[in-house]
Amino acid sequence: MLRFITSRFLQSLLALFLVITATFFMVRFVPGGPFTAEKAVTPEILRNLEAHYGLDKPLGQQYLDYLGSLARGDLGPSFKYPNRTVNEIIFDKVPVSAELGSISLAVALVLGIGLGTLAAIRRNTWVDYVASSFGMIGISIPTFVVGPLLVLALAIHLGWFNASGWYGPADRVLPALVLGIAYAAPISRLTRGGLLEVLNQDFIRTARAKGASEFRVVTRHALRGGLLPVVSFLGPAVAGILTGSFVIETIFQIPGIGREFVNSAFNRDYTLVLGTVILYAVLIMALNLAVDIAQAWMNPKVRLES
Amino acid sequence: MTSFTSPAPAAPRPAPVDEPVEQGNSLWHDAWLRLRKNKLATFGLASLAVIAFACLLGPLLSPYGYEEQNLDLGASAPSGAHWLGTDTLGRDLLVRLLFGGRISLAVGLAATFVALTIGVVYGAVAGFFGGKLDALMMRSVDIMYSMPFPIFVILLMVLFGRNIILLFVAIGAVEWLTMARIVRGQVMSIKKMEFIEAARSLGLGRRRIIFRHILPNMLGPIIVYTTLTIPGVMLLEAFLSFLGLGVQPPMSSWGVLIKDGAEKMEEFPWLLVFPGTVFSLTLFSLNFLGDGLRDALDVRSSKD
Repeated sequence: MLRFITSRFLQSLLALFLVITATFFMVRFVPGGPFTAEKAVTPEILRNLEAHYGLDKPLGQQYLDYLGSLARGDLGPSFKYPNRTVNEIIFDKVPVSAELGSISLAVALVLGIGLGTLAAIRRNTWVDYVASSFGMIGISIPTFVVGPLLVLALAIHLGWFNASGWYGPADRVLPALVLGIAYAAPISRLTRGGLLEVLNQDFIRTARAKGASEFRVVTRHALRGGLLPVVSFLGPAVAGILTGSFVIETIFQIPGIGREFVNSAFNRDYTLVLGTVILYAVLIMALNLAVDIAQAWMNPKVRLES
Repeated sequence: MTSFTSPAPAAPRPAPVDEPVEQGNSLWHDAWLRLRKNKLATFGLASLAVIAFACLLGPLLSPYGYEEQNLDLGASAPSGAHWLGTDTLGRDLLVRLLFGGRISLAVGLAATFVALTIGVVYGAVAGFFGGKLDALMMRSVDIMYSMPFPIFVILLMVLFGRNIILLFVAIGAVEWLTMARIVRGQVMSIKKMEFIEAARSLGLGRRRIIFRHILPNMLGPIIVYTTLTIPGVMLLEAFLSFLGLGVQPPMSSWGVLIKDGAEKMEEFPWLLVFPGTVFSLTLFSLNFLGDGLRDALDVRSSKD
């Protein structure tokens, strides 16, 4: 088990290094620099700016410098926001995205596992059909359609919420709902499928035969195995929920890290792009690792294979 | 986005109850009959056919061009002259929707084809040769799996002008990983079967074994996964277009139309509702068709 975790960890480190290197050179080889958009930059000022940020050094030297400061946890200065470091910007924006993400994740889990379980234990009844259609509809209608439609109905016509912004608690409802539903749909399908497979197995019959109540059979015995597919889905999903809500942040004008990332790429803000990419990569890798460990813990078969 | 792991080895399932098989009732014919029985999958297939035909032929029949503006008209609600109304520049929404459909469907098919080709070749090579080569190739896939690909795609589109060919390649390059895993798993399990041993003992060459004996036996999972990849790819295209990074005006795609519609929905809701509905219906149909195919071809996957 320890060997398994160590090898996965080393693999992630290698992947992270590749991501950093690829992004670093990709951003640099693209036409346009961080200062090209600025008006009235004379050649001398440009030279001074470049010297200030170390952009006049050879590229290889810049790369090594970057890795050096990265090792100290310093993501460098932002090129577009004068006098701000990438670390500051990230610490500023991440809590917003993380808050939106955690609420949405809670919505997704409660709704998804709940509906999936209901559908599985009431298989082929109208409960199942309603829950399963919700799953299919939720998967097929993208967030950028659901989001604006909900804004139109609940915010503009009924006036229950603000159409955009991120101020009071009420501003959390619509974005978290849209993002949560998008992930609840696949979770409900995975839960249903996983549970159905488990509910036919011998150990469930044994549990029933021993007189365990139906509630206990489902929650204590079946769900542990039945949620395995959900757990492996959760790795990428949580990463997506916590960070990848670019669309939601755009629709509702939420000052999170997703919007910042897209803007930084437009602005050629080299260090900010790299910083956000590294943040995403670390998060995704950490979550995948966590999922691998959770799966090994939940399923002896996986444990033995590795 | 949906995540797949490689399918579990096929477990014995009760054989489909069929009348005594007549001659020529091939596996594919059986699968087709089973698919036809699935109402939702049939509905998906039919509505896809209608949408695809409309997108191909519709713009030819319409009196309007997709970039033809009528500024005097401006945004108008659906009417006899413009069935789905017009946008703020007075362009006919129906034509733009059908035209956008061509782009969206083309991106979906082309990028899926890129993913399919890379994935099948890569997975087949890894699975067939096994050993160290397989270990190396699959470790690389594992490593690539843990990379933040949507982020890379966004970055690529922002940095290298929004070029539609690049869009195909970038999306295709992201989506091949799962296909490679599925194909590798299939090849590994099939190559151990007795009929392959029989083929080998008959002295057949490697190439013949791969193409004549292994490949046809894994067409099922490949077809199913391909069908389920297309909606994912179309979603990614629309997502990029929604962020303003995909298809560029005056060309339209469903993502672009939804983006425009969302900006103007307060005054002109039809600009959002029609493209949103058509796009969702297409994804819906593809997902149902994929699900139906999975049942018809009896492919077990961990998806549900």
